[in-house]
Amino acid sequence: MFDLYGRGWQMLEGGLVTVQLCLTVLPFMIILGLLGASAKLSRYKALRIIGESYTVIIRGIPELLVILLIYFGGTIAIQNLAELIGGEAVRVDIPAFWSGVAALALVQGAFASEVFRAAMQSIPLGQIEAATACGMTPTQIFIRIKLPQLWRFALPGLNNLFQVLIKDTALISVVGVEEVLRKAAVGAGTEKAPFTFYLVAMAMFLAFTTVSLFVFNRLEKRASRGIARA
Amino acid sequence: MFEDLIYVLTKYDSWLWQGFLLTLQLLAVSVVFGTLIAIPLAVARVSKLIWVQALPFAFIYVFRGTPLIAQLFMMYYGCGQLIANIEGIQDHWSWTYLRDPYWYCLLTFVLNTAAYMAEIMRGGIQNVPNGEIEAARACGMAPATIYRRIIFPRMWQIIWPAYTNDVIFTLKATSLASTVTMMELTGAARKIVARTALPYEAFISAGVIYLIIVYVLTFGFKGIEKHLRRNENRKENKSVPAKAGGHI
Repeated sequence: MFDLYGRGWQMLEGGLVTVQLCLTVLPFMIILGLLGASAKLSRYKALRIIGESYTVIIRGIPELLVILLIYFGGTIAIQNLAELIGGEAVRVDIPAFWSGVAALALVQGAFASEVFRAAMQSIPLGQIEAATACGMTPTQIFIRIKLPQLWRFALPGLNNLFQVLIKDTALISVVGVEEVLRKAAVGAGTEKAPFTFYLVAMAMFLAFTTVSLFVFNRLEKRASRGIARA
Repeated sequence: MFEDLIYVLTKYDSWLWQGFLLTLQLLAVSVVFGTLIAIPLAVARVSKLIWVQALPFAFIYVFRGTPLIAQLFMMYYGCGQLIANIEGIQDHWSWTYLRDPYWYCLLTFVLNTAAYMAEIMRGGIQNVPNGEIEAARACGMAPATIYRRIIFPRMWQIIWPAYTNDVIFTLKATSLASTVTMMELTGAARKIVARTALPYEAFISAGVIYLIIVYVLTFGFKGIEKHLRRNENRKENKSVPAKAGGHI
């Protein structure tokens, strides 16, 4: 049934690449988000300015532009760097997959930093004061008090972010990564059946976002177990 | 380094300017028509009758659950092909419009924007304090009057920050028109890169223009927010965190 002019497997392979993309971006996005949030809440003004401008700039620029800039610009930057170090011109190609991962992590990290900032500010000040009174260092406070509670406050925001991330991976098809939409475009072109192939691609994306929504809802329930509900 | 930037800005300024105008045009049409479609969708979505809210629910679910670029390809290549296969259509007068990517882009952006805005409005309508609606009912207002006098004005107050966010997302979404050969801002930048092989200069110039549009939009929408909240004397200044999202 899932034959699709003999291209059913191709579409499933594309689905696998989409899942790989999402799961590869996720850790980088969380790290960038935590760094950004810490910078925004920092004591030092310079760090706060860096954190804020990161969000403001990324928020105002289309994702597609960031992807194109990193894909085309990144190659040149690395070539220049290699020339500077090695002294001779070399031809370097960043794999499209990794330039896509870098672009999406950069974009999603900016939004994640807002999620984590709000989550950090939701942690009751009394707990931080109590921890300080017990003589904990800032690092200890972060690991023992903030981080475990951060997840509970950040999960609804991360849920939303992951939905966006799944949909954003489709943009990387523009630079030729063989994910669902790219596979669909190839199939649509060769089999002259664009309607069918894009319908399948949309159905696959809808399935991904639905599953992600379901998983995150379960995680949210789990994270707030033991919390009194009004 | 800077001579390249000046070269791009002086030689290709007309491309960037045309792209800027087309981006603004796509944005304006998407926001205006998206909002007009979103209002009845949101009203139907909050209905207690399951068959009234089922259709808008499905519409919003599909458009928010799939990438905009997939919707655009579906519309332009998929539906475009179906239309092209109609016998004799290519000799019809409407064919000039039916093969133009511009209309497919607009239709996709309008429907997509409508789905996101309807979801925001649904939240706004549901957050109108129940007491106000009960009071209006007690005054003998008809449901349509309640919507016009109480619910809609309140809804706009509630959703305005989210609505502003959504307009910015629509702006960013218009960049996808470049994937179906439209020469809006991103499309113009891509063409400049293809000509000059200067990706930094072209893409960063386009990015700065986008940032300026966002800045002006945010400023203007803040002004309207003050007008919407003129009945409130509170001095609170609630800042809204940049929410992730986008219509992508």
